[in-house]
Amino acid sequence: MTTPHVDPVGGIVGTPINRVDGALKVTGRAMYSEFPLDNLAHGVMVQSTVAKGTIVQTDTSAASRVPGVITILTTDNAPKLESLQKYEHEQGAAAYGTGAGRPTGRTLSLLQNKHVHYNGQPIALVIAESFEAATQAAALVRVTYRQEKPAVDFDAALASAYPYPAKIFGHEPPATRRGDLEAGLAAAEVRIDRVYTTPLETHNPMEMHATIAAWDGDRVTLWDSTQNVYGVRGVIAKALSIAEDHVRVISHFIGGAFGGKGSPWSHVVLAVMAAREVGRPVKIALTRRQMFGPVGGRPHTVQQVTLGAKRDGTLTALRHDATASTSAMDEWLETCVLATRMLYECPNQATSHNIVRLNLGTPTYMRAPGEATGLFALESALDELAYELDMDPIALRLKNYADADPETGKPWSSKSLRECYSLGAKHFGWARRNPKPRSMEDGEQLVGWGMATATYPARRMPASAVACIYPDARVVIKAASHDLGTGTYTVLTQLAADAIGVSIDAIEVQLGDTNLPRNPLSAGSMTVGSTGSAVHLAATAAREQLVQLAVTDPESRLHGTKHDDVRIRNGCLTVVGHPERNESIQELLARHAGQPIEGQGESRPGDETQQYAMHSFGAVFAEVRVDRDLGTVRVSRIVGTYAAGRVLNPKTARSQMLGGITFGLGMALMEHTLTDHRNGRYLNADLAEYHIPVHADIPSIEVHFVDERDDHVNPIGAKGIGEIPMTGVAPAIANAVYHATGVRIRDLPITLDKLLQG
Amino acid sequence: MAIATEQQEGVSLLLRINGAPRRLALDPRTTLLDALREHLRLTGAKKGCDHGQCGACTVHVNGRRVLSCLTLAVAAQGKEITTIEGLAHGDVLHPVQQAFLDRDGFQCGYCTPGQIMSAVALLGEPCGPNDDDVRECMSGNLCRCGAYPNIVAAIQDVRATGA
Repeated sequence: MTTPHVDPVGGIVGTPINRVDGALKVTGRAMYSEFPLDNLAHGVMVQSTVAKGTIVQTDTSAASRVPGVITILTTDNAPKLESLQKYEHEQGAAAYGTGAGRPTGRTLSLLQNKHVHYNGQPIALVIAESFEAATQAAALVRVTYRQEKPAVDFDAALASAYPYPAKIFGHEPPATRRGDLEAGLAAAEVRIDRVYTTPLETHNPMEMHATIAAWDGDRVTLWDSTQNVYGVRGVIAKALSIAEDHVRVISHFIGGAFGGKGSPWSHVVLAVMAAREVGRPVKIALTRRQMFGPVGGRPHTVQQVTLGAKRDGTLTALRHDATASTSAMDEWLETCVLATRMLYECPNQATSHNIVRLNLGTPTYMRAPGEATGLFALESALDELAYELDMDPIALRLKNYADADPETGKPWSSKSLRECYSLGAKHFGWARRNPKPRSMEDGEQLVGWGMATATYPARRMPASAVACIYPDARVVIKAASHDLGTGTYTVLTQLAADAIGVSIDAIEVQLGDTNLPRNPLSAGSMTVGSTGSAVHLAATAAREQLVQLAVTDPESRLHGTKHDDVRIRNGCLTVVGHPERNESIQELLARHAGQPIEGQGESRPGDETQQYAMHSFGAVFAEVRVDRDLGTVRVSRIVGTYAAGRVLNPKTARSQMLGGITFGLGMALMEHTLTDHRNGRYLNADLAEYHIPVHADIPSIEVHFVDERDDHVNPIGAKGIGEIPMTGVAPAIANAVYHATGVRIRDLPITLDKLLQG
Repeated sequence: MAIATEQQEGVSLLLRINGAPRRLALDPRTTLLDALREHLRLTGAKKGCDHGQCGACTVHVNGRRVLSCLTLAVAAQGKEITTIEGLAHGDVLHPVQQAFLDRDGFQCGYCTPGQIMSAVALLGEPCGPNDDDVRECMSGNLCRCGAYPNIVAAIQDVRATGA
């Protein structure tokens, strides 16, 4: 199948234009899930204070007396959702599993039963005239429980781990073997066998999750901070047993998401239930503390990596077994070992995914889910192997460079990892590195340099878009995708401008509304590949209709011209070589009864998924400074080089890479959601105690893109860049810390207590 | 019952916001941030933590940067309050707003009003000249998207032109 490509002559794709929604954001006019509605009531969730048990009694007498309280929904009086009651009745104990078939997908806490599975689970909802009254009343709801002993301590619960029971994404096996691992290990001259661990982490986008629900008769509209308007619509419809087209979900701007807003959580459905109960719009805006538990996070992982190699660095065996925590309610998987299967050539390999149930909130996708954690283990282990072999870590990676996907044998749609290594090494000055640990000092600081490989799959999902060209030459692009700060509004504007031949000022992109054509969730670095392709096709179709109109219209100066000879620039059609034969879009459409032109675009994965393995690649280089006495770690320099196909906007793309690297720095050195092992309570559930990088933590970051053309991955040749900058950062920093100190930290985050003990 | 009545019916107060007087009846527990967002429909100041830990709610009170989530609305009476909505002159952006736009000093945009209000205040503060000084002075404003290098560049652009 040949795929049409972006017109390289158009010229706006690939240029660093400012964000088209930037003016709204710098003036405070961009509206997040904060639409001021008349007669809005405020909901505040009451959360469980035990991690496991059964609710015996919910006493709302004191809470009800707070002035301004409208009603309090509890497990005693909340409206019964027939769909969920039926599901749980039919499934019995098996209702807690992978979630296949459950109306809400994952298990939500919708006051349908009295089970408590984690500390912080929503167990009641106060609705009041004001946020202040609802907050006060929520604190006065008294709940008694029949408690059971929870499992919260990951290490203690590891004995109960079991293999993940389902295919990953519906098709990837959870465990794999290729070649003969034992023979590969026997043939090895050097072996590394290490265990790496990563902690619970919490997304903490700056905008807390928030939902406003407003009913109008039997139809409901949600303003929700979500990466997935159609997904939310589906869950609301199923949970409430109403038609999908009676639910509208709007999400024009999202104040950060990072995977956490990829599927609806309990408060979204509760807001809809509450709004119906009180007969007026209800807003539930979570508090920062409520971001820990009820809305997902990255799970704990423990990963064992075994490497066998010849003296020259050739890998003979690679084993990677990962165990990740999930909740008591759902079997959610952090896919740690997927990258291990494809990243290096190694004939003998075994990988597995296992899960362990804890009484904590269900984990979810968090920026580069699986790859970020898995590559910390794999890329740290490779660094350890490089030291065992006395070999440069880049040379070791090049020795095992995979020229085709080692797991499937498929060729890469494109791969420029070699170029990433060399470009990064050049910009970083890697050649000057003395590999000996503690060989570089700067006063009291031990200086270390480390590197790691980055990778993330280039996936896409079915997407659709409409491009309308109006008689005034205004172009409106419609697609129910989302801009999480990723630049979607901007790059779709650029794609449409080039495809049609108009300036970006003529284009308005509409996103985040289920009244627009269906698009997938904006996650997994898929938005550009999916929605970008659909918009390109829709805009191209609209352009074709314009050209057809012109060449068949006897009154047009372009009448009779061949399609291929028509050019459109800045909204003006001309015949190639005959600049006098021209006509503006306005002139052309004025003769057609003022009818707009409408182009449709549908994009879905095609044969390319059968023919090619498709991934982005990169290399991360980090310099750290560790205080010799105090063990404090500061990152002083990072260079990241990436090959991700076509870069649609170098300015927004660079920003996304800076952001991913910053997120990765947090993972390496700071982020750790702490729980009390006795009662499952989240201990550091605020931004003072859950540390994310601040201005003063972020040094000079250099980002470089390798020029890469990919004619296979999708019609626009862009692989997606949301997650890849998150990968490789933690191991690059961990490897740099080892180089600085001679202490290998295999347990994130790398904090001074661990370094001083090492 | 006096307190309960005040909570339900509100206390009457007068706030001066972006140069204009605004009269309100509010639950006395209402923060300046919630007064702006929930009662005056000025949603530019953002709620990122409600605990003074993130800076997203930063506004100016009498020209100084203040966390509006830690300020009770009643305590802001008689003072000049400036929010992000009051920074531009019509369609002409404040130089800091323009610099954020040009340097791509934001992604999702949710921390941005707070970053910009802090940055504008910083121009009048005794902040040292180097990037590290700016980083220190801006560290109360968190950005989860990781726009920090671009924010520092934007602020330094404005300081270099003496705007």
